Amino acid sequence: MMELLFLPFGEFGFMARALVACMAVGLGAAPMGVLLVLRRMSLVGDAMAHAVLPGVAIGFLLAGFSVMAMTAGGLVAGLLVALLAGGVHRLTGQREDASFAAFYLIAMAVGVLLISVRGSSTDLVHVLFGNLLAVDDAALLLVATVATGTVVALALFFRALVTESLDPEYLRACGSPGGLYHGLFLGLVVINLVAGFHALGTLMAVGLMMLPAAAARYWADTVAGLMAVAVGLALTSAWVGLLLSYHLGAASGPAVVLVAGLCYAVSVLLGHHGGLITRLRLRRHLEA
Amino acid sequence: MAAIQLQDLTVCYHRHPAVHHVSGRFEAGSLTAVVGPNGAGKTTLLKAVAGLMRPESGRVDRSGSRDRVAYLPQQAEIDRTFPVRVQEMVELGLWQRLGAFGGVTVGQRRRAAGALAAVGLTGFERRSIASLSAGQFQRVLFARLLLQDASVLLLDEPFNAIDACTTADLLRVVARWHGEGRTVIAVLHDLDQVRAHFPRTLLMARTTVDWGATEQVLRAENLFRARQMAEAWDDTAVRCDREPAA
Repeated sequence: MMELLFLPFGEFGFMARALVACMAVGLGAAPMGVLLVLRRMSLVGDAMAHAVLPGVAIGFLLAGFSVMAMTAGGLVAGLLVALLAGGVHRLTGQREDASFAAFYLIAMAVGVLLISVRGSSTDLVHVLFGNLLAVDDAALLLVATVATGTVVALALFFRALVTESLDPEYLRACGSPGGLYHGLFLGLVVINLVAGFHALGTLMAVGLMMLPAAAARYWADTVAGLMAVAVGLALTSAWVGLLLSYHLGAASGPAVVLVAGLCYAVSVLLGHHGGLITRLRLRRHLEA
Repeated sequence: MAAIQLQDLTVCYHRHPAVHHVSGRFEAGSLTAVVGPNGAGKTTLLKAVAGLMRPESGRVDRSGSRDRVAYLPQQAEIDRTFPVRVQEMVELGLWQRLGAFGGVTVGQRRRAAGALAAVGLTGFERRSIASLSAGQFQRVLFARLLLQDASVLLLDEPFNAIDACTTADLLRVVARWHGEGRTVIAVLHDLDQVRAHFPRTLLMARTTVDWGATEQVLRAENLFRARQMAEAWDDTAVRCDREPAA
């Protein structure tokens, strides 16, 4: 049993690296997912993941499979889209989901166009879905740095980030730089997605960001609690997902995300904050 | 001394003025009701005073209000399912003092408990805001205002959809602020309530209809004049060429 659970990571360096990379992604991305869910921006994570595409493509076309170039490109493209979409929302009052949809669609078209002009479709697959089992030192270092930075930023700015999500109008009335915190938040989302794309690909990284966050809502009722549960689920998904992919010979990225999806399904059914079965079991109403 | 002074203030939405050339002063320590028909620009006026909307022309002079202006919006854009407890919500009132990083001191925690007691919510500290009724939630927002310790308080229809008992309790809080010498400006619709509790009134219909002692302002002919104001935008409205007052 122990062999089944731990051996692959001791035996094979690439499995150990994949596990570390995936857990680092989960550690940074899952709390960001919690804030996205609370702000009713669950789909914005997906939009942002597409938005980094043209930057990654430009980095790839200029320098090939260089972690630095692709990261820098993705970061610039993602921040640009976040800035434009957030700016349009703040300046014209258009809802954030609409402005994000507009800009990410433009960005994604640019990205696909760039790759189709110069690259091949295998390149596109790599960018979109990553290759968890081929994480190199540079990528590992990047993912770990981003996770560390995210946790530190969250600890420092926790109250500001939560308050800006809860009652932005109040912060504005207090004369607080709400836009700054909003920007910091979107920036953190972008760097986590860019880091995640090296391990899981842009699309799968969103899975590790949003699924544990959505599941956590069924287990906790404070923001800190939600983040703790989400991180726990993300780390578990990384470990179990990689094991499954090893033993079944399945693709690793999707396996990790599917385990996170399973966690979500179980939470919807059994979660004690409004899970379906809990609701059925506690059907009789109280006196007061 | 004026806590807030409006100098020929005009505030617009898409060039259509919601507040049109309004001048006047809210004296320090005054308790003023702002009344007028729907679309009269009451909310816009409050937002401009709170600094949340930029004047098209003219200005709001807040220099007389020393430091802090607190604002209670008409419908707080707060997601009531957000996982936050009553105590945390109330302690947000300390934001201007603590900023993003400061910690809540023992004394401040005691003041938060006092604020909750003042609005009749002792024992609700650990409850989530999702479990509160609309009236209880409004009490929480009043407790947050208490903790803000502002010298000027702007309340936009604070008793909307609130039952008589809660309204009476919250009116006592307003009276307490008035007694402490704070300036209170409240948008209201219930004219009997205004007559009973608010010594001064600004009656507006985009422009000032009348501004002064409540009994003087709420005369039948003033109310009739305010009702004459067309609510809708006039798409054929011509440009306003009134010169801003120097």
